[in-house]
Amino acid sequence: MSNENKDQFRPENHANDNFLLTTVVGSYPKPKWLNRAKELYEDPDHGFDEDDYQEAKDDAARLITQEHERAGLDVVVDGEMRRNEMVEFFAHRIEGYEFNGPVKVWGHNYFDKPSVVTEVEYDESWLVDEYEFTADATDRPVKVPITGPYTLASWAFNEAYEDDAELAYALADLVNEEIEKLVEAGARYIQIDEPALATTPDDHAIVGEALEHIVDDIPEEVRIGLHVCYGDYSRIYPEILEFPVDEFDLELANGDYDQLDVFKDPEFTADLALGVTDVHVAEAESVAQIEENIKKGLEVVPPEQLVLSPDCGVKLLPREVAYGKMANMVEAARNVEADLDEGNIDIERGAPTPADD
Amino acid sequence: MTEYVSTTPGLFPLPDWAKDDLSDLKGHQKHDLISGDEDDAITAAYDEARDEVVGVQQDAGLDRVVEGQLRWDDMLAHPLAVNDAVATEGIVRYYDNNNFYRDPVVTDELRFSGDVAEELEAASDQTDGELQAVLPGPYSLADLATDEHYGDDAAFLGAIADYLEGELEAFPAHETLFLLEPSLVENAPDDGEDERASEAIDAVAGATDADVVVQPYWGALEEKVYAHLLDADIDAVGFDFVANQEDNVYNLQEYGATDDVSLGLADGQSTLVEDPEAIRDRVEWVFEQAPVSDFETVYLTTNTETFYLPYAKFEEKLAVLAEAADLAEVKAA
Repeated sequence: MSNENKDQFRPENHANDNFLLTTVVGSYPKPKWLNRAKELYEDPDHGFDEDDYQEAKDDAARLITQEHERAGLDVVVDGEMRRNEMVEFFAHRIEGYEFNGPVKVWGHNYFDKPSVVTEVEYDESWLVDEYEFTADATDRPVKVPITGPYTLASWAFNEAYEDDAELAYALADLVNEEIEKLVEAGARYIQIDEPALATTPDDHAIVGEALEHIVDDIPEEVRIGLHVCYGDYSRIYPEILEFPVDEFDLELANGDYDQLDVFKDPEFTADLALGVTDVHVAEAESVAQIEENIKKGLEVVPPEQLVLSPDCGVKLLPREVAYGKMANMVEAARNVEADLDEGNIDIERGAPTPADD
Repeated sequence: MTEYVSTTPGLFPLPDWAKDDLSDLKGHQKHDLISGDEDDAITAAYDEARDEVVGVQQDAGLDRVVEGQLRWDDMLAHPLAVNDAVATEGIVRYYDNNNFYRDPVVTDELRFSGDVAEELEAASDQTDGELQAVLPGPYSLADLATDEHYGDDAAFLGAIADYLEGELEAFPAHETLFLLEPSLVENAPDDGEDERASEAIDAVAGATDADVVVQPYWGALEEKVYAHLLDADIDAVGFDFVANQEDNVYNLQEYGATDDVSLGLADGQSTLVEDPEAIRDRVEWVFEQAPVSDFETVYLTTNTETFYLPYAKFEEKLAVLAEAADLAEVKAA
């Protein structure tokens, strides 16, 4: 069985018949000097200006893109070096948002939660420059993560729309416009991040409707993924199978695959981008361990439908640990592919995991 | 004649300078949060911030002044988080919000702490007869916590009520007590449990001479829960008219109300600042729906805590509430 959409990202010289696409969710630890550059840029007494900071971000984006390449990933990202926070970054680029100051998330962790005060409008492109720069910096395919409209709506104060669903749909139209521009610029792999769905899983229909807006008139061959993390998946599955996306990127390593059975029945009909390393453990899992994790994915989908990535963005890990997780993940993927080629792996798909005694 | 009292359910956002200073002094991790034994520098920062928010309320012209609960890193779970019989475990979601608190696991018999009383003492010096105390209601506090000592739900709820009674008895003189009970809506008690929740609230309310307002939010109470709550010896029940109008009106019409009521009419979770006139009009609308001729006291408040808001918007909300109460008073007179 082939999977054309996924196979467009298969490297020409791929060593194995099987292909388990390896990628990342998006964010990656920023080099320390980039944070220092930001401080200098924000310091009014310092001559480090906007051009200097732009150059620093370019350097970091190139560095991390190449670090992804070195780790062997099949599809790379720039590690979101230009983005500060997943809602703020976009809210600054969309007309209609304003910022009124930080609000508490927990303890002394705050977030500049914006307010939507007028109708949201598309102004300048959000990510085309970022994409073009990254695509220039590598020969590998580049994935573009975009914070989803449901999260952009939920994690803001809504002063302008009847309810968050209306706001989400309006934002989804803007995301659609951005994806059209990205596709024009050559992007073929888009990932919509919707972490807010974990907070309010009952709203999965809103996310589904927003995705319909997002993919409207986007060519079939453009791969659209949806990343969801840290929630109770039984509350959104199997409903999400109706979503118009090619791939679901799911965090499962963190819970040691305790939610895996959720996806076995009914059959998982989309591609599964399986989290095979835990981003909350500050130590790279061994290649052998990751191989076992990959095999968990094969209990849900056949190899043609399996994609591998960490559970979530790795930005909070020490950089060398983040790198170790990716390099080990790629090595494990190639090992499992070879084993599959040789017929050494026999996994029954769809069978529930027996309960531990 | 109805008296209109502008107030809030407390749990304020920290002033922005205090967010920065306390981040630096305490850190950002789970173990950096308040456990009740903070050092002098941290205490001093909170004292200064408390002075500030008391002043902000007085300047706004609020009729009741809270100390702000600025130290409550774990929001309504705070009174347990500082207790020696409680282990603060993993970070868990605070109701349906993008906010988190440490799961307070009760591992031993709950004994008196005095933590909240100390905060109130500090604010008491600055206020003159308008001090309002704030506590989680026993049902919500039990709901937010994990019991590994008492063994069953009824015993645990009783123990939490006893604990809150003890804490409350140590409070300095206060005019009003707000008992916040969002769990009565969010995780409504079952048959039998609803009656126990009401009894637990009654027990806590009995530990103060102040007027007691029980404020549920994020919706309306199920009717049986509401009916049981009216059996408790409390002065006012609160209604979250931001989240739900229809079911709250239904409860009022079907079961009547306490002599005093608390109306959550300003949205504690939205930066959209209401018009004082609009709030006054909504008060009238509620009165038209209710089958009583007059309430003795009507508290006008935000529906929820206000720590969700950026600080400047929070200040604006306080001013709106104070003005709305003045307008309503004028209208009524």
